[in-house]
Amino acid sequence: MPNKGQKLYDKDKVIAGLVIFVILATFPFWFNLGKAASAPELELTEKAKAAEKCVRDTQYMRDEHMQLLDEWRDTVVRDAKRIYVNERNVGYDMSLSNTCLDCHSNKAEFCDRCHDYTSVNPYCWDCHIDNPKEAK
Amino acid sequence: MMEKSRRRFLKIAGISALGLGAKPVLDVFASSEEDVVVEAPVQEGAPHVTETEAHHAATEPRIMRSPNAKVAPQWAMVIDTRKIQSHSDVEPMIEACHKIHNVPHMPDKKHEIKWIWETEFKHAFPNLASEYMAKRVEHLGLPVLCNHCENPPCVRVCPTKATFKNSQGIVMMDYHRCIGCRFCMAACPYGARSFNFFDPKPHIEEENKKFPTRMRGVVEKCNFCAERLAVGQKPACVEASNGIMAFGNLHDPNSEVREIIHSNYTIRRKQNLGTRPAVYYII
Repeated sequence: MPNKGQKLYDKDKVIAGLVIFVILATFPFWFNLGKAASAPELELTEKAKAAEKCVRDTQYMRDEHMQLLDEWRDTVVRDAKRIYVNERNVGYDMSLSNTCLDCHSNKAEFCDRCHDYTSVNPYCWDCHIDNPKEAK
Repeated sequence: MMEKSRRRFLKIAGISALGLGAKPVLDVFASSEEDVVVEAPVQEGAPHVTETEAHHAATEPRIMRSPNAKVAPQWAMVIDTRKIQSHSDVEPMIEACHKIHNVPHMPDKKHEIKWIWETEFKHAFPNLASEYMAKRVEHLGLPVLCNHCENPPCVRVCPTKATFKNSQGIVMMDYHRCIGCRFCMAACPYGARSFNFFDPKPHIEEENKKFPTRMRGVVEKCNFCAERLAVGQKPACVEASNGIMAFGNLHDPNSEVREIIHSNYTIRRKQNLGTRPAVYYII
């Protein structure tokens, strides 16, 4: 029966082929080894530093600012309610341009760094004017 | 023996199937009860709070209207065209509106974007214009804008609810949702809507940083200055009109607009169409 003590024909070619295949298939992994981009460092503007506290605490803003902004835009546009009172009982005008980007006027060093790092491309700035001070 | 066990098997299988079928039904009941618990405070006008937030926060974040906000179930406008002498009386209203709302000035008339503009009587009121008319009215430039109809046809045809009638009676545009199909433009009998065939940004002479711009591919129009009403100001055109325009709550019999409508003969644009426009004209 052919199964017993079966011979691998063209052993050299097969193994060489397998080695080349494994190298090629894993190429992206070892080529990029150790080159992982470090988490971006954000820069705060003087105004943001002076304010000390954002609309919500830093961790919440970091994790969920997109949900917050989404809720803001819906309530402002559709429910005509424009004031957000946070848990510290401080009210804010729910406006990306006039509230968020007023303090965080350094889009390139604040917004873009994380968005580039995580490869997200929000289209907020298509209409909502980014930094008024930074001529583009 | 064989018969019996087969019968038993079928019985058990039947009961199991029934149990499996009943589970989703029970789940639906269980979840709908939960929903009521969560949604109840929202309906009372209380804050929108998710469960996680509620646990962390001392006072729950809430969303409200500015205490200065002007509120009405249906805003309306009366335009006293008797006070218009010439083009220079209408120009400031258009200028004020287009400036604060970042309305672009497109070079080609075909791509024009307008929120409020000037037109002759025969175009504003085609069903009322006669061959022979009062000289003063015949070629007078009348300010026309979105009528914020009580029965808006544009809202009916919008497939994405990007345009809608808000709680103040304003026909609003949610530019985030507009897909640029232009059904609303076809439906509006007043030509009050403009389409951004191109990116409007390069054609905005002086950007107002306080108000967003629009992008290519959305329809835009007058918003009755919803953003100004929200902070207690009157619409920009009304402020710039030098008394030609009056603005107020249509449903309040003592409001300024209702007083004017009561004591003057007013007309509305194409009201035979049943759109119930909220902009009244004294000719």
